[in-house]
Amino acid sequence: MAARTLVNLPKTAKRGQVIEIKTLVSHMMETGFRHDNVGAVIPRDIVTDFVCTYNDAEIFRATLYPAIAANPFITFHTVATESGTITFKWTGDNGFDAEASAHIAVE
Amino acid sequence: MLDCEQPTRRKFLAAAAGATALTLVRVEPVRATPASMKAAIRTVVGEAPLKPGKVKIDVPPLVENGNAVALAIEVDSPMTPTNYVKAIHVFTELNPQPNVISVRFGPRAGRARFTTRFRLADTQTVVAIAELSDGTFWQASADVVVTLQACLETL
Repeated sequence: MAARTLVNLPKTAKRGQVIEIKTLVSHMMETGFRHDNVGAVIPRDIVTDFVCTYNDAEIFRATLYPAIAANPFITFHTVATESGTITFKWTGDNGFDAEASAHIAVE
Repeated sequence: MLDCEQPTRRKFLAAAAGATALTLVRVEPVRATPASMKAAIRTVVGEAPLKPGKVKIDVPPLVENGNAVALAIEVDSPMTPTNYVKAIHVFTELNPQPNVISVRFGPRAGRARFTTRFRLADTQTVVAIAELSDGTFWQASADVVVTLQACLETL
């Protein structure tokens, strides 16, 4: 299941600078509270967890619930400590799995 | 009845003025949060007291479409290794499930702020709770009026 992901962060930063990271993953986020036209409950299918690691150290984690809108969009901040890779991982119901990564150069 | 028209009108005006004044000085009652949200908050917070302040919720006061409402939450914290925000939890009182999102930070966040987009099933109060590294909990709430409700529509 290849979901589309979008991450946006500065390519370069000064050491110690607080940078903003924007993330988005394409997912319908079916709440599990809706009914179809014959009254049957549509089963829940959501992204439940999001983890961001910076050179393998966890910097941000979110637990999502059905109240998060479709195509979960999350932005947060981190301190640019060293050059390296920032990895983003989403997991969810029905074995949903998506990953993205971005490189940052810190001077 | 004609002879008492004037006094009646005067009385009516006085009463009307009094009622207006009463409405103006009436203190908004503290809204009781539904039990399910309280229970959800207690599972996160435990027995620790919730203090008002430090947390700032940025959410539009009136939204047309409850399916995607912009939400930004910021906590007033220096974010140093000894004094930082560990987590922020968001709850709603009238959505089918009270939990919205829980995020965890570390001192490396630099700034205790995040934004997302969430669903609102009805006009209601949104509550955000911040968990600090010293073990204290702080909360803030915001009222949102929703015209098109999310979550409950059929296909």
